[in-house]
Amino acid sequence: MNLDSLLPNLGEWLRGTGPESDVVVSTRIRLARNLADLPFTTRADHHQKAEIEQRVREAVAKSDIAPKLEYLSVMGLMPLDRLFLVERQLISRELANALEGPRGVAFDSRESVSVMVNEEDHLRIQVMRSGMSLDETWEQITAVDDSLEARLPYAFHERFGYLTACPTNVGTGMRASVMLHLPALGITKQIEKVFKALQKINLVVRGLYGEGSRASGDLYQISNQVTLGKSEPRLLSEIREVIAMILQYERQARTVLLKERRQAEHDRVARAIGTLGSATMITAEETMELLSAVRLGIHLRLLDDLPPTTLNQLFIHTQSAHLQKLAGKALDGEDRNAERAKYLRNRLRDLGATPQ
Amino acid sequence: MKCQRCPKPATLHITEVLPGDKYEEFHFCEDCAKKYLYPAGTGQKSKGMGIEVGDDPSTLQCRQCGIKFVEFRNSGRLGCAHDYEHFAAELLPLFESIHGDTRHTGKRPRRGAARPPEQNELVQLRRKLQEAVSDEAYEAAAALRDRIRVLEESAAGTDFR
Repeated sequence: MNLDSLLPNLGEWLRGTGPESDVVVSTRIRLARNLADLPFTTRADHHQKAEIEQRVREAVAKSDIAPKLEYLSVMGLMPLDRLFLVERQLISRELANALEGPRGVAFDSRESVSVMVNEEDHLRIQVMRSGMSLDETWEQITAVDDSLEARLPYAFHERFGYLTACPTNVGTGMRASVMLHLPALGITKQIEKVFKALQKINLVVRGLYGEGSRASGDLYQISNQVTLGKSEPRLLSEIREVIAMILQYERQARTVLLKERRQAEHDRVARAIGTLGSATMITAEETMELLSAVRLGIHLRLLDDLPPTTLNQLFIHTQSAHLQKLAGKALDGEDRNAERAKYLRNRLRDLGATPQ
Repeated sequence: MKCQRCPKPATLHITEVLPGDKYEEFHFCEDCAKKYLYPAGTGQKSKGMGIEVGDDPSTLQCRQCGIKFVEFRNSGRLGCAHDYEHFAAELLPLFESIHGDTRHTGKRPRRGAARPPEQNELVQLRRKLQEAVSDEAYEAAAALRDRIRVLEESAAGTDFR
């Protein structure tokens, strides 16, 4: 597979469509599964990891999973390609760099379904969709899971459910996350309050790139913490209730912004576009923050030249590995910041994006 | 904010819940927090947090993958599926503190190994019971609980399998 062919595409999670897409970027569910007859990945030797990889590859190839998944070995990939897959949310940072030995990922051309092999668990099945889509995502992932389970003996315990390397995942092995864009709650300083309420009900808030990553560009992932004792539909409905509440808060905050400080907000969006279109050096972090202001501007109709899809493309293309692939060369530090600024200047000029 | 015990910046903020709805807040640097949470002479036993364990579980070892329980405690990762049986007594309190529960009620593999039919029914009933309790349907819950008791008694001694 030539990874560069993915470059012009927006992965499923960045399509910018789907229900509640003014606030909800994407929905993601992952299932942790292990083969019953081999040690977990951290305790498996090279030979055993190779066997796990081989068996999962075969199961994927013979399965009736639609759309078709193609397998890619991480060992055979250059560091830049690994980072590229991380940025597209197809693999974890751990699978890319921290782990060793035979490991990889199978995914479809829409980048909606992915199966990581020899991550912390033998299989990490993931389905992503844009917008708020917990039910459809669950239906799809459980079908993928059934299809693989028909060909692989899963480690399952009558009492404890699906057995995982880390006891925080045992039971359903399911982590469902919804990625939200919450700029208005940030501006009106209510975000901390919302998150404190979440912790009380056992939901976790993470940054864009999962565990340990800090929130940037006002993007947050809300996911379940508990995996044992509650059924999948119940876990999903708990998340759904909370998301509905957060959506309401964010929309209320947006309405207040428009009512009470429309001029100031308009100015902020205009300045964000101005900086993105004229800077000669810009970090990924600053880009994310400015794009967040622009995204809010689009939804508040303070600016109407940019479709959200284009914004998502600017977002993914200015990530480090994407930028270097577009430039066709390795870039570091200052060169990368200069290249990012150049890319943004050109794109915004072509788009003719101006504040309303 | 400075640490309460030394001039370093406070990075850990601990709230002790005292009897009678009272709270006491502490602000420590990492070192002082460690000394507070793990006072000398108590080994790794923490004040009110962490895992409660039976007598010397560090010697426990999985016959299949060879992992020692102490290794799991250090890394947080189990070695193989059998560990869940070998270390069950040690893991149960951990499940309770992480998940607030110790029994799976979700999806099961379709081609799951042959099981006694009453076990299947038990699983279903327990799930229904839990949902009835969450939905505050107490009459339905009571009926389910009675049925579960009957089945459990008939299947006594086969709790785990």
